[in-house]
Amino acid sequence: MVLSILCILGAGKSPDFIIAEVINRLGRNCFIVLALIVPVVAGLGLNFAIVLGAMAGQAALIMVTHWKVPGLGGLLLAAAIAAPLAAALGWFAGVVLNRAKGREMIASMILGFFMNGIYQLVFLYLVGTLIPLHNQTLLLPSGIGLRNTVDLKYTKYALDYLIYPAPLGIGLPLATFAVIGLLCFGIRWLFGTKLGQDMRAVGQDMNVAAVSGINVDRTRIIAMIISTVLAGWGQVIFLQNIGTLNTYNSHDQVGTFAIAALLVGGASVTKATIGQALLGTFLFHLLFIVSPYAGQRLLGSPQVGEYFRVFIAYAVICLALALHAWQKRPRAES
Amino acid sequence: MKPEAELQRPRGTGRALAVVKTFVDTVGIPRLIIGAFIIGIFVLAWAQRLPIGMLVTSSLVRFGMNGVLVLAMVPSILGGEGLNFGLPVGVICGLLGALLSVEFYMRGAIGFLAALLIAVPLAVLAGWGYGLLLNRVKGEEMMIGTYVGFSVVALMCVVWIVAPFKNPEMIWVVGGKGVRMTVTITNYWAQVLNNFLKFTVAGVEIPTGLLVFFAACCLFVRWFFRTKLGLAVIAAGSNPLFAKSAGINVDQMRIVAAVMSTVLGAIGLIVYAQSYGFLQMYTAPLMMAFPAVAGILIGGASASKASITNVVVGTLLFQTLLATALPVTRTVVAGTLSEIVNIIISQGVILYALTRGGGRL
Amino acid sequence: MGEYVLEMDDICKEFYGTPVLKHVGLTVRPGEIHALIGENGAGKSTLMNILFGMPVIAATGGFKGTIRIDGAPVMVNTPRQAMELGVGMVHQEFMLLPAFTIAENIKLNRELLRSNIVSRILGARLASLDVPAMRRDARAALDRLSLNIDEWLPVAGLPVGHMQFIEIAREVDKRNMKLLVFDEPTAVLTEGEAQDLLGALRRLAGEGVGILFISHRLSEVAEIADRITVLRDGEVVGRLTRGEVRIERLAELMVGRPVNRVERGARGARAEGEVAVRIRNLVVNMPGERLHQLDLDVYKGEILGIGGLAGHGKVAVANGIMGLYPARGEVEINGRQLSLGDPRAALAAGLGFLSEDRRGVGLLLDESVEFNIVVTALVSQGRFLRRGIGSGWLAARDARQTRAHALRLIRELDIRCTGPEQPVRRLSGGNQQKVCLARALTQDPDILFVSEPTRGIDIGAKQIVLDLLTQMNRERGTTIVMTSSELAELRQICDRVLIVYGGRAAGCLAPDASDAEFGLLMAGGAEVRTA
Repeated sequence: MVLSILCILGAGKSPDFIIAEVINRLGRNCFIVLALIVPVVAGLGLNFAIVLGAMAGQAALIMVTHWKVPGLGGLLLAAAIAAPLAAALGWFAGVVLNRAKGREMIASMILGFFMNGIYQLVFLYLVGTLIPLHNQTLLLPSGIGLRNTVDLKYTKYALDYLIYPAPLGIGLPLATFAVIGLLCFGIRWLFGTKLGQDMRAVGQDMNVAAVSGINVDRTRIIAMIISTVLAGWGQVIFLQNIGTLNTYNSHDQVGTFAIAALLVGGASVTKATIGQALLGTFLFHLLFIVSPYAGQRLLGSPQVGEYFRVFIAYAVICLALALHAWQKRPRAES
Repeated sequence: MKPEAELQRPRGTGRALAVVKTFVDTVGIPRLIIGAFIIGIFVLAWAQRLPIGMLVTSSLVRFGMNGVLVLAMVPSILGGEGLNFGLPVGVICGLLGALLSVEFYMRGAIGFLAALLIAVPLAVLAGWGYGLLLNRVKGEEMMIGTYVGFSVVALMCVVWIVAPFKNPEMIWVVGGKGVRMTVTITNYWAQVLNNFLKFTVAGVEIPTGLLVFFAACCLFVRWFFRTKLGLAVIAAGSNPLFAKSAGINVDQMRIVAAVMSTVLGAIGLIVYAQSYGFLQMYTAPLMMAFPAVAGILIGGASASKASITNVVVGTLLFQTLLATALPVTRTVVAGTLSEIVNIIISQGVILYALTRGGGRL
Repeated sequence: MGEYVLEMDDICKEFYGTPVLKHVGLTVRPGEIHALIGENGAGKSTLMNILFGMPVIAATGGFKGTIRIDGAPVMVNTPRQAMELGVGMVHQEFMLLPAFTIAENIKLNRELLRSNIVSRILGARLASLDVPAMRRDARAALDRLSLNIDEWLPVAGLPVGHMQFIEIAREVDKRNMKLLVFDEPTAVLTEGEAQDLLGALRRLAGEGVGILFISHRLSEVAEIADRITVLRDGEVVGRLTRGEVRIERLAELMVGRPVNRVERGARGARAEGEVAVRIRNLVVNMPGERLHQLDLDVYKGEILGIGGLAGHGKVAVANGIMGLYPARGEVEINGRQLSLGDPRAALAAGLGFLSEDRRGVGLLLDESVEFNIVVTALVSQGRFLRRGIGSGWLAARDARQTRAHALRLIRELDIRCTGPEQPVRRLSGGNQQKVCLARALTQDPDILFVSEPTRGIDIGAKQIVLDLLTQMNRERGTTIVMTSSELAELRQICDRVLIVYGGRAAGCLAPDASDAEFGLLMAGGAEVRTA
C-alpha cells in the first residue's frame, strides 16, 4: 500500500488521467478478481487455474467475432458459450485439485501452464486444419493458426457503453459496474445458502466436514466450476473493454495479476472477502498505472515500468505466500 | 502394520506375467509410455529415411546441456526442500557470470571458466539467502520457490535495462544502454565444451567435452552425498525429527542443500548457454525450472526421493523426445511447436506427479 | 422400546491379523449411565468406532458380532447412519470449526433451510440458511445443558470446557438421540468444568437418553456410573454395578495380568549405588504429554521403568532430556550438568534414545537398513568414515566398514530383510524396531532411553526385543530407562517402576508389587484415596 502512494507521488501525472484510467480498469478487472473469492473460502487456496476460465472466455469471443455477431448480443452469446466450456474446464480442474489435496495451489498453477500449452496447440495448429474457419480473415497468412491479434470490433465496449454517463468528462461505464454489483450480491447470497455454508465448512477443516456428512470432493468441484465460469465471463468483460484480443497472450498474466490484486487488498490464502477483492483491484491497478511513470522518473528508462509492474505483482504474491506459510508453522509446532 | 507376506511363486504363464509386472513397476508407466514414443519416433524416422545420426547427435547435445540443470534438483529433494522451483535464482547467477565474462571480452575456454568462477560465488551467496527463506516456510517450499524465482527474474529485468554494460555486442543497438533480449556468444565461448575432444562415429557427432563435464558434475554430487555432511543433509531431508534427535542441525543442512542446488543451477545455465550459443535474458529464465523438474520426475524421482540415475534417465528420455519429435513430424512452424510440446509434456508430467496422491508428491 | 437401548453382542475385531476385540458384549439401558474403562490399547476406542460406523473399521476388514438398537439389529456403516439411528458421539478431538459460530457448529450439515427461487430450480443445496431458526434451536440445546453463553459467538477462542459442551449440544440437538457416547469427556477439563459436565450427563440421563462413557478417571466413574464394564486386552474382564464398585477392585481389573518375571541373577541388593542420571524439577512441554514436575534418580546399571496412562507425561521424560521438546530443570549425567534442548549435548554426554514414534522419529524410512543402523554413530561420533580424502565434515563414508557392521548386526539381531540395502519402510514393525535397537547398539551409549520398545510388534518379536534390552544391560552395563504403556513388560524386566500420573511422579514400586497398587497409581491413586 505504501508503495502505491510513493509511486503516485513519483509519477507526477494529472489526477484526471489517473482517475479515468482507474475507473476504466476497475470496470474490466473486478469481475475476475471476485471470481477468486469462492475457491479461497472453499479451502482451495489461490486459484491459479483461473486462467482456464479466461481461456474459455477468449475462445467464446473468438467464435462470436468469427460469426460477426455485433454488440451486446454478441457479448451475451459469448457469455453463453463460455459458460459450459468454462464449467467443463472447471470440473476438470476440480477433479485434479481433489487428487492433489494439500498441494492445491501449486497444482492449480501447473494446471494453468499445462492448459496454456494445450490452448496454444489448439489455436496455433488445430485451427485452420482440424477446425475449419469460414472467415479467413482470422487466420494467419499460412492458413494454419489464428492471427496474433483479433480485433473485437463488433463487441468492443458493448457492455461499457451501454450506460455511459460522463460527468466532468470522466466516463463511467455504469452497466459494467452494475454487472459487478450483481456479482457481489450474488456471492453474498451464495454464502447464505447451504451450499455456501458447506463450502465454508470444507474450507476450514475437510476432516470435520467429512465426518459431519458433507461431500467434500463434490463441494470443492462445485467451487472450482463456479470460479472458472465467473473467470470466463470476467475475461469476456475484460476483453470487450480492451477491444483487441492478443490470441496468445491476453490470458497469460490474468491469473497472476488477479491474484496479486486480491492479495494487495488484504486477502490471504485462507481468507478473502468481497471488500478485499474490490479494494485490492483498485490499489493494484492504481499501482499498475502509476509505476511505469515512476520507474521512468526514477531510473530514466520507460521500459522499466513494464517490468517493474510485473515484479511488483510477483513480489506481492511471494510475500503473501511466505507470510501464510510462516503463520501456519507456529500453529503446527505449538 | 502389514503382516509379513509370503511371496508366492507363480508357475508358467503366471510367472512370466509376474516378471513383466515387476519390470513395469520398476520402470514405471510414464517412462514406458515415453520410451515407447521414442522408439516409435525412431522407427518413423528410419522409415522416412531421415539422417538418424543427426537425430542422435542432437539428442546427445540436448541431454548434456540440460543435464546439470536437472541435477540441481537432487540436493533440493534430498535436503527435504522438494523440487527446486526457485531454480531461476541460480540461473540468474549463471547469467550474471556469463554476462560479465562477455563484458570483459573473455573468449574460449578462459571465457567459459571465468563465467563459472564469477557465477559460483554469487550462487553460493544467493543460495544461502534462498535457504534462509526456505527455512522459514517449511512445507510450502515449492510454491514460494516458484514465486521467489519469478520475482527475482522480474527484478533482474529491471536491472538488465539499466545495467551499465559496455560491450557493444551485448547492449541494445538503439539507445546504447541496457542488455539485449538475446546476447549471442558464438564469438566468445559457445560450443567450448561441445567441441572439446569431440569425435564422430557412425554419423553421430559426440560432444565429448559436454558429456564429460556433465559426468564430472554427477560424480561430484555422488561423492558429496557420501560424505558426513552429505549424509547429514540426507538425514535432515528424510526425517527432520530423527535428524534433530541425532544431533543434526536441520536448518543448517537445508541451507547447504539450497546452496548446492543454486550453484548447480548457475553452472547448469552456463553449460546450457555455451551449447545453445545464446544468452536469453529478461523473461526467459522464468520458465527454466519446469523442464528441469519434469526431467527428474520423468526419471522416476519424486519430491522426496531422487537419485543420480533419475537425473540421467529422465533427462535422456525427455530431451531425446523433444529433439526427435520435431524433425520427424514435419511441420512448417517447427520452432514454436517444439516449445509448445515442451510445455505440454513438462507441465503434464508435473501435474501427473502431483495428483498421484499420498504423501508429498 | 425394549429393555436395552443398546446391545453389542460378541464383537470381534482384528487389525491386520492381530485381535483387538475378543467376544466383547455390552448393554446400555435407556436413561442409564454406563462407563467403559480399561488401559490404553484395551480396545475401548475401537469398540466405539465400530458402534459409530467410522470408516477406519470397514477399511480394515470390518467386524464380527451384532449390534441392536432398541432391540432391532442394525448395520452401522457410516457415521451418518449411526446418527440416523439415534447414536451420537462426542469425540476426544473436537470436531468443531473455529471460524463458525456456536450455532453454526451445532447445526453443521443439518442447517435449517428456507427455499428460494433459485433452490426451486437448481436444487435444495441452494436454499438459504434460516439463521434465526438455527439460533433458536442452538439456544435450546445450550439451555438443556445449562450452558450460559451466546450462541452467535465464534467458537475460536472459547475455553476448552465450553468447546466440549458445544460438542455435546450438537449431539443433543439431534432429534432422535437415544444413546450418547463420550470418549474421555473430562480429559481436558478442569475440576469445575468436569463437575458441570457430570451434572449435565445426569440431567440427560434423567431425560431418558442412554449414556455410554469412556474414562480413565476412576473417581468420576465411581461417582456417576450406574454400571461399569472393564476391558482388558480386548476382552471384558469385569462388570460391576453401582453398589459393587470399589476403586481398588476397578484398578486391579484394569491392570492385572499374569507377569512372567525373568530372573536376572544377582541383582537384589544392587538397588542403591552411583547415580547415573539425576533429575530435579524437570518440566517438559510436549503437546499431549506435558510433564509438570519430576524429581528422579536413576542408578547406574539399573533398568528403570516409567509407566502410566497415555497423555500423563511419561513419554515426555525421555523426549525432554534428549532435547526433542522444550524442557526446563536440572539434569545431571554422571555428575555433569546437561544443557537441555540440545540433542547434540545429550548424545555427547553418552545418552542414547529410541523414540516411541518409531516411524515418525526413530527411522529414516526411505533409507537403507545399513544407513539407519550407522547414521547416528556416523554423524555424532564420526565413526564409519574413511580417513584420507577430506576430513571432518567432508570425510566420505567407509562403505566396506558400514556394510560389515550392518551385516553383523543383522545376523545378531535376526533382522528379517532382503539385505542391508533394503529401505527400512518395507520391514515389519518388529524388524524395524530391531533396526532401531541395532542403531542404539552401534552407538553404544552409557545410558539408553527407550520408549515403547514393543509397541505394534507381534508377540514373538516382543520377547526378543525385551531380551535384547536385558542383554545390553547385563553385558555392557548400559543403564536403561524404559518407558512403556504395557505394565507387564515393565514389571518383567525392570528393577524399579515409576508411575507418572497427571504430569507428576505418582510413586515408585517394585515390580512385584500388587496389581491393585499399580492400578491405583495409574488411575490417580492419591486423589482416589480421599474419595
